[in-house]
Order: sequence, then C-alpha cells, then structure tokens
Amino acid sequence: MKRAIALTINGVRVEAEVEPRKTLADFIREDAELTGTKLGCEHGVCGACTVLLNGEAVRSCLIFAVQADGAEIMTVEGLAQNGQFHKLQQAFWENHALQCGFCTPGFLMSSYALLQENPNPTEDEIREGLSGNICRCTGYQGIVAAVKSVAGSAE
Amino acid sequence: MKPPSFEYFAPTTLDEAVALLAQHGDEAKVLAGGQSLVPMLNLRLARPAALVDLNRVTGLDYVRAENGHVVIGALARQRAVERSADVAARQPLIAAAIRLIGHPAVRNRGTVVGSLAHADPAAELPAVAVALGAEMVVTGPNGERVVAADDFFVSYLTVDLAPGEVLKEARFPALPPRTGWSIVEVARRFGDFALAGAVATLTLDDQGAASDVRVALFGVADRPVRVPEAEQVLRGERPDDDRIAAAAEAARAALVDPPSDVHASAAYRRHVAGVLVGRALREARERAQASG
Ligand SMILES: Cc1cc2nc3c(=O)[nH]c(=O)nc-3n(C[C@@H](O)[C@H](O)[C@H](O)COP(=O)(O)OP(=O)(O)OC[C@H]3O[C@@H](n4cnc5c(N)ncnc54)[C@H](O)[C@@H]3O)c2cc1C
Ligand code: FES
Ligand code: FES
Repeated sequence: MKRAIALTINGVRVEAEVEPRKTLADFIREDAELTGTKLGCEHGVCGACTVLLNGEAVRSCLIFAVQADGAEIMTVEGLAQNGQFHKLQQAFWENHALQCGFCTPGFLMSSYALLQENPNPTEDEIREGLSGNICRCTGYQGIVAAVKSVAGSAE
Repeated sequence: MKPPSFEYFAPTTLDEAVALLAQHGDEAKVLAGGQSLVPMLNLRLARPAALVDLNRVTGLDYVRAENGHVVIGALARQRAVERSADVAARQPLIAAAIRLIGHPAVRNRGTVVGSLAHADPAAELPAVAVALGAEMVVTGPNGERVVAADDFFVSYLTVDLAPGEVLKEARFPALPPRTGWSIVEVARRFGDFALAGAVATLTLDDQGAASDVRVALFGVADRPVRVPEAEQVLRGERPDDDRIAAAAEAARAALVDPPSDVHASAAYRRHVAGVLVGRALREARERAQASG
C-alpha cells in the first residue's frame, strides 16, 4: 500500500506517494528526479548513494523513503549555488579527483559532512572520513588532495 | 537489487511496537538502524512480511550512567555512543569497539542495540558485551526480562529473542578502578567485519597481580566467546610478558573449530586469535598500570 510522504530536498519540498519498500535513493532519483545521487552496490558497501539526512551523511540505499518523511535531505545538486561550484567541487576538478565521476557525488557528500564536523581534518582524518566510499578509477590520491586543499578554509 | 514488498509500521511507543510484533509473529522484523537488515532485504536474503520500524518511537535513544552501568537504549546511534562523555569516562571499551565498525555514514544510522540483536559472530559489540558481562533488557508481550550476554548470543545471527520481543536496552558494567582494556582485530580492509578479533580487560591489585581478567574472541566461532583457558593463566598472577604469552597460547589451543572460508583458513584464524589475545592483554596491562 502506498503512503503519502513529504520531504525537503535541497530546500525544495517534494511530495509523493510511495511504496514502503522504495529506498530513499530511488525516491531521490525517480520521484524527485535528481539523478546526481548514484547507486553502486545497493547494499551499503560503496558509498555512491551518500546524502545528508538532517545534516548527517547516510547511505540512501539503506533507508526507505517513508522513513525520511518530514526530513531535510541534501544531495550533490545542493552544493553549487547560483551556478557557481562549491569549493569542494572546484577542488575535485583542480586535483583530478575524478575520472568517470560515478563515485564523485558520494565522495563530495561524505567530504562535505566531514568538513562540517571537522573543518580542518588531518590527512588521516580525511582518509578515515572517506573510508566508506569506493572509487574504482582515481586511486584516491587526488580525492584526498582535493579535500586537503579546502581543509581549514572557511565556508 | 530492490527489496521485496512488506507491510510497514512506524509505531511511536514501545508498547505499540511490541503489540505489532506480537500480532505478526515470526513474519515480522524490527527495523532499527537498517545497516544490516536493509542490505539483507535488498539482496533478498530476508523476506519478512512486515517491518516494525522503531525509528519513530520516542525516548529510546538514551545513553546514561546508572548504578555502576552504562545503559544504552535501542535507538542510540553508534555515532552518538562513540562520542558520549559518559561512555568515555565509564566504559571506553564501547567507544573503541564502535570505531572499528564500518564507516562514519554507517555509524550515523546503525545502533549499538541493533548490532547486539543482529549478532554477527564477527561483530565487535557482542564480544564486548560478553567480555564485560553486559545485561540485555528484553521487552515483550509478557513484560520485561533480563538476559546475561553470555546466554543471549545463541549462534550465528541468532539470539534469545522470541517473536514479539524487542531488545529495549543493554547495560554494560562500568570499568572498575585499576582496570585496563583493549580491543584489537584483523580485517581485510579498514571498516570491514573482522576475520578475528580479541577483547581483553585486566584489573590489577595493590601487588600488581591480576585480580580479574576477561578475554573474549570474535570471528572465530558461531558467536562471541569468553576464553576461560586464557583467563586462568593470568588470574592472581603478575601479568608479565611470559604469562601473557602463555595466556595467548592457551587461547590458541582452546579454539576447537574456527570457521574456514575464502578470506581465512581455520588454521590462520586460530593463529591470529592467539596473536590478538597477546596484543590485547599487553595493551590492557599498560592501560591498567597507567590508570594508577
Ligand atoms: C559497509 C558496512 C560495514 C559494516 N561493518 C561492520 C563492522 O565492522 N562491525 C559490525 O559489528 N557491524 C558492521 N556493520 C553492521 C552495523 O553497522 C549495523 O549497524 C549493525 O549490525 C545492526 O544495527 P542496526 O541498528 O543497523 O540494525 P538493523 O539493521 O536495523 O537490524 C539488524 C537486525 O537486528 C534486529 N534488531 C535491531 N534492533 C532490534 C531491537 N531493538 N530488538 C530486536 N531486534 C532488533 C533486526 O530485526 C534485524 O534482524 C556494517 C554495515 C555496513 C553497511
Ligand atoms: S549504493 Fe548505497 S552504499 Fe552502494
Ligand atoms: S572516478 Fe570512477 S569510480 Fe571514482
């Protein structure tokens, strides 16, 4: 049986009727039509689906959309403002932190959450903070360098 | 993959949750942090007819110090417990164990109590519960009962919970004075489940001998296990390097039939378990000595 839910994604209210088994990831992609959030493994291992739920990084493939009823979600589409890259996006670009780009939305959201909590992380803290995200292309060095390059700089 | 369909309930009180669970019997599953259950649903390894989601139940996310215990409610997230000042002051072993679980985004959702209810034999927190002699507070249609950790973990993903019952909270005894602790593991990658791991606590008396020793292993059997053979070697003795080496050897020898799989053979797990017990006991001793 479908249920009516309403949540806020990147500041925009989204309402829909969903089956309880629909994951938040599928809701974001199919109902909210925000396809920046990616699905790699659908069982919690790769981190590609990472979004912010009420300010905390979570795997959107492991939460049902009905559970997020009333919540505030932030996805990768919420990073850029007025057509300007967020400093993290700019840093990913400048540090070759992506190749195919499939993992990038997840890495950006994990990095964003990390810097919210700890604005000036050490390299070890960056590696630990991003340990739940898998990248098959870059070898991670560029990603760590990108986060490091913005660490300590204010919002 | 996508999960099979299920009926979804989001009660707001524990009584309501218990009533729903009782009504649906073994067709229903509790949903807490979802970090173990939802992967199983997505992979269709579990197909419950109904999910009873605890996340809207209020007043279950507590972590508090109470009568010499640290008490953790069913909805306290691992990340919150990891950062709790009460946990850091009274039972730091819990926070150290949580840091070995997955990754920040997993710990933001996953609950301490859910990890205990799930009872993966390679999980850290069930081994900590067994080592410390934690108590599980279970609520069901017939009221509340308290189960000792050692009785609670039955076998692989199986605990002493009947259909209709919820694990309401876990009570971990606080660390006694002059006690050191350690949790160490070997995993294939940072954040993965352990191939094998060891938990130890060691209490020193005025003469510097071990008045209490606890050793538990995870990843080496179908449930977390205390290792009395290793504890005996040290109890009442000065925990010098030779004694600790003998305790580690006793732990290795006591492991009858550790699992063998693509990640590690039984012989490797047995060897690593011995090494880890030695490491954990040395670290626990250092911490006990430093605590004055
Ligand atoms: C990438 C990744 C890595 C991980 N690594 C580790 C690791 O290294 N070590 C580790 O220990 N865990 C690990 N986990 C699993 C851990 O994160 C889970 O949080 C934990 O095992 C289950 O807690 P949960 O709150 O998420 O429970 P859920 O997934 O919601 O539930 C798990 C099971 O317990 C039952 N249950 C939950 N709460 C209750 C309750 N209060 N009463 C009765 N039954 C209940 C459910 O019905 C279900 O059967 C990992 C998970 C992921 C996705
Ligand atoms: S798609 Fe969610 S963690 Fe891989
Ligand atoms: S850039 Fe291709 S997976 Fe990371």
